[in-house]
Amino acid sequence: MPAGSAGWTDDDRPVACPAAQREAFNHANSPFMASLRKSFFIKARDFAHAGEASIHIQNLLKSMHLDSALVRRIAICSYEGEMNAVIHGGDANIHVDIETDHLTLEIADDGPGIEDIARAMQPGYSTAPEEAREMGFGAGMGLPNMKNNSDDIRIECEPGQGTRVHLKFLYDAKREFT
Amino acid sequence: MKLSEIMRALDATVLSGEDQLDKEIMLCGASDLMSDVLVRPTNGTLLMTGLASVQAVRTAQIAGVLAVVFVRNKQPGADVIEAAKAGRIPLLATPYSMFVSCGRLHACGLCGLDGRR
Repeated sequence: MPAGSAGWTDDDRPVACPAAQREAFNHANSPFMASLRKSFFIKARDFAHAGEASIHIQNLLKSMHLDSALVRRIAICSYEGEMNAVIHGGDANIHVDIETDHLTLEIADDGPGIEDIARAMQPGYSTAPEEAREMGFGAGMGLPNMKNNSDDIRIECEPGQGTRVHLKFLYDAKREFT
Repeated sequence: MKLSEIMRALDATVLSGEDQLDKEIMLCGASDLMSDVLVRPTNGTLLMTGLASVQAVRTAQIAGVLAVVFVRNKQPGADVIEAAKAGRIPLLATPYSMFVSCGRLHACGLCGLDGRR
């Protein structure tokens, strides 16, 4: 396990229950019987490992047989959030909460916060350094893309308190993405 | 179009994924900006890029890109190839420029991400 990525394992992965069992538990839209939280540590400025947590989350969700389009949406949001945290955020944690009818991602960092959230949500607005651009990021598309790929986004930000981005994904949401 | 045919059309070398050259790919996108790849419908497509960094591989994996071609003879580091092997993303390297590489694949029948030619 690389430095800076401690804190997650494949243990305790939730098990998708068979359809018949699911029906018996009256969770028609839910592949899971119980909620579960997994957390992943993200090290600031660690570009070499940036993205590993999101790939781990993607593999976890794939192994649970969630809808592949939904897994892609979640993975993209996680990755965008992870890159934001690595670029701007100071150390961070991504918390994945797998509930019976939805999933939430919370990306919580210790960074300086977002000065102007409304502007940060505008496509193309970026305060990223050159280093981020050399990695193919920093084009000001992260937060708008997270909004586009999630069913709900909420950003909490206090000066000196870091930033928390909450994203919600519904298992039965029927959405078309372009 | 099989990845092996794409390899021949680009006179490319295989850096990882030698066992996956029979993958079928019909759509292709070209970008050095990974943010662009993440906002486009790149699932199941080929990515042409001049960004030979580990983020190109991770972006491909997250976005469901089937294979990555590095243009202009960009040679990625060992960490990039390692990440591609772990993520089962085939990597090719071509000596041609982005423009010429895209032209060659377009001539072979590959379409853009939206299916248009």
